[in-house]
Amino acid sequence: MSELLKVDKIKTEFQTDKGPVTSVDEVSFDLKEGETICLVGESGCGKSVTSLSIMHLLDRNGSVTEGSILFEDKDLAKATEAQMRKIRGNDISMIFQEPMTSLNPVLTIGDQLTEGIRLHMKYSKSEAKKYAIEMLKKVGIPRAEGIIDEYPHKLSGGMRQRVMIAMALSCKPKLLIADEPTTALDVTIQAQILELMKKLREESNTAIILITHDLGVVAEMADKVAVMYAGQVVEETDVYTLFDNPKHPYTLGLMESIPHITNPDDMRLTSIPGSVPSARNMPKGCRFYDRCPHAMERCLAEKPELKSIEDKQAHSIRCFLYENEEKDYEKKHAEKEVSS
Amino acid sequence: MLQYIIRRILIAIPVLFGVTVLNFLIINLAPGNPVDMMVNPSATPAQLAATKHALGLDQPVWVQYWNWLVQLLHGNLGFSYSTREPVTQILMAHVGPTVLLMGVSLIVGYLIAIPLGIICARKQNSWIDYIVTGFSFFGISVPHFFLGLGVIYVFASKLLWFPTGSMNTLGGDGSFIDTFNHLVLPVLVLATGIGGNMVRYVRSSMLDVLGKDYLRTAKAKGLSQFLITNKHALRNSLIPIITVIGIDIPLLIGGAIVTEQVFQWPGLGLLTIQSITSRDYSTLMAINLLAACTVLFANLLTDILYAVADPRIRYD
Ligand SMILES: Nc1ncnc2c1ncn2[C@@H]1O[C@H](COP(=O)(O)OP(=O)(O)OP(=O)(O)O)[C@@H](O)[C@H]1O
Ligand code: SF4
Ligand SMILES: [Mg+2]
Repeated sequence: MSELLKVDKIKTEFQTDKGPVTSVDEVSFDLKEGETICLVGESGCGKSVTSLSIMHLLDRNGSVTEGSILFEDKDLAKATEAQMRKIRGNDISMIFQEPMTSLNPVLTIGDQLTEGIRLHMKYSKSEAKKYAIEMLKKVGIPRAEGIIDEYPHKLSGGMRQRVMIAMALSCKPKLLIADEPTTALDVTIQAQILELMKKLREESNTAIILITHDLGVVAEMADKVAVMYAGQVVEETDVYTLFDNPKHPYTLGLMESIPHITNPDDMRLTSIPGSVPSARNMPKGCRFYDRCPHAMERCLAEKPELKSIEDKQAHSIRCFLYENEEKDYEKKHAEKEVSS
Repeated sequence: MLQYIIRRILIAIPVLFGVTVLNFLIINLAPGNPVDMMVNPSATPAQLAATKHALGLDQPVWVQYWNWLVQLLHGNLGFSYSTREPVTQILMAHVGPTVLLMGVSLIVGYLIAIPLGIICARKQNSWIDYIVTGFSFFGISVPHFFLGLGVIYVFASKLLWFPTGSMNTLGGDGSFIDTFNHLVLPVLVLATGIGGNMVRYVRSSMLDVLGKDYLRTAKAKGLSQFLITNKHALRNSLIPIITVIGIDIPLLIGGAIVTEQVFQWPGLGLLTIQSITSRDYSTLMAINLLAACTVLFANLLTDILYAVADPRIRYD
């Protein structure tokens, strides 16, 4: 499996009336074909901004100012709007949290579905319609032939999210970004949508970036996980290591804050004492300092980097507690490079 | 939908009836009467009384109204007290020029305002936004008589580019070019107001829509900015725009009183002023009735257009 996406230390800033605000800082992760990564973290930690940065869908006042987003070896951080238009909906597509407001209320489902198909796949109107009906059936929409001429307000939230998924997957993207696709839905519908996404992922080998608050969803869907805190990735590893052997004090806190980790119905994140520093006055050192039970003096002054340690799988952590392991890993890695 | 339209038309009948009663009362409450205005000053009181009697003006108001209503139901709008021509004929002669003037003004105003409103919303807080918004406030706030006299002074008196008023050159050939030349200045005045108003509504309604989630979805599909704005966003911002159009349509009939006066445009506005000064009750009543019908029609049309623009609106 080859590398599909490599996000490297991106920084996303918003120009506001009160000056620039950095919402995402040094976020890095990578993703192979067909792999699913979950981005988790508290509200406001920059999960949505990260995903919107990849797609160039940030509000007009926001932009990626540093770092690179390599997608199939093209740097999206430097891509022009015209280049992005060819990629959006075609190579990378996206579904959003709010199915109730994500579809245009005055255009039919068919119109909205076929738009992208006709644009990217160059189908004729009738071919596109046939294909759209096929897609609707694939995502489990009953009466697809009838629904295609309906307006979104006739559909329930779950059905609309299915339409969104059909739309997102219609041009066979290599990467699907799903920003809390089930948060707004009932529990039973949530399970159905996740099931659907798993099924489609297997069929098409699409890589997925899944944003969620819900560790249950992570356990269900993820191959690997990036834990974000205050605009940074603080820990990244595969899903088994994350649950078996979490390292970063913030991740540990998240895990502890779940009342019954064995009960899969109740794995939503609750909060850790203290609050996230605001984007306007980020501490100079570790951003978790105020809330960290292991905080040391140097954590206040120095900034920890995201570094790999030796573990079952690739595992990187942004914390001084693991400095020795990080150094060991670096040494070994360097030796390997020399010997090879 | 058809049922809804029929119901609305049925409701319109009592409304129209009420409008005519009110109009009749108000007109009759106004001081003066047609006879004072038409008979020459040396007429004796006996002659005046005889004329009044002949016209039925000596009867109680409600009898006069009843007679008028009976005639109306026979399709007869009466004859003008001042020119003695049939009112229908007078109306016909004046409707055309007003519809021409207002129609052109509305179209010109909208054609300029709607794209400008969209551009302002897309480029919010840019210099073009500020300039257009500034002009629109000017258009809304400047009185028509003032702007009218201003453009006459500049373009007709000083520059001699256009005629000062009327619809055709006296004794001219009445050609299209001639009418066009006469149209330019009054249209300029009216379109300024109409457009200025429309720009504000288009801009704010567009701004509202541009922040919506479904536009991000459209962009995520890879659509061009042109399609996003003009297909996805514009359709959604139509409702407030339709409302404004619905309010503007009655202007087609009655809106240009001041401007028609300033430019001596031979339309319904000018006719209204003439009828008021000559206490020409029958013509006034006919104009009022026509205006009321137009307003009711515009309201109905607005509601139908709502349903066309927004599939969530259904009248059943
Ligand atoms: N247009 C904007 N202008 C200024 N700041 C913004 C803008 N959009 C987002 N932000 C800021 O970026 C930060 C990250 O927001 P983001 O939406 O990515 O959080 P999130 O992790 O997705 O949270 P949630 O779980 O609530 O969706 C927030 O603090 C937010 O205030
Ligand atoms: S760097 Fe220091 S403050 Fe930050 S998480 Fe690690 S121990 Fe805690
Ligand atoms: Mg979010």
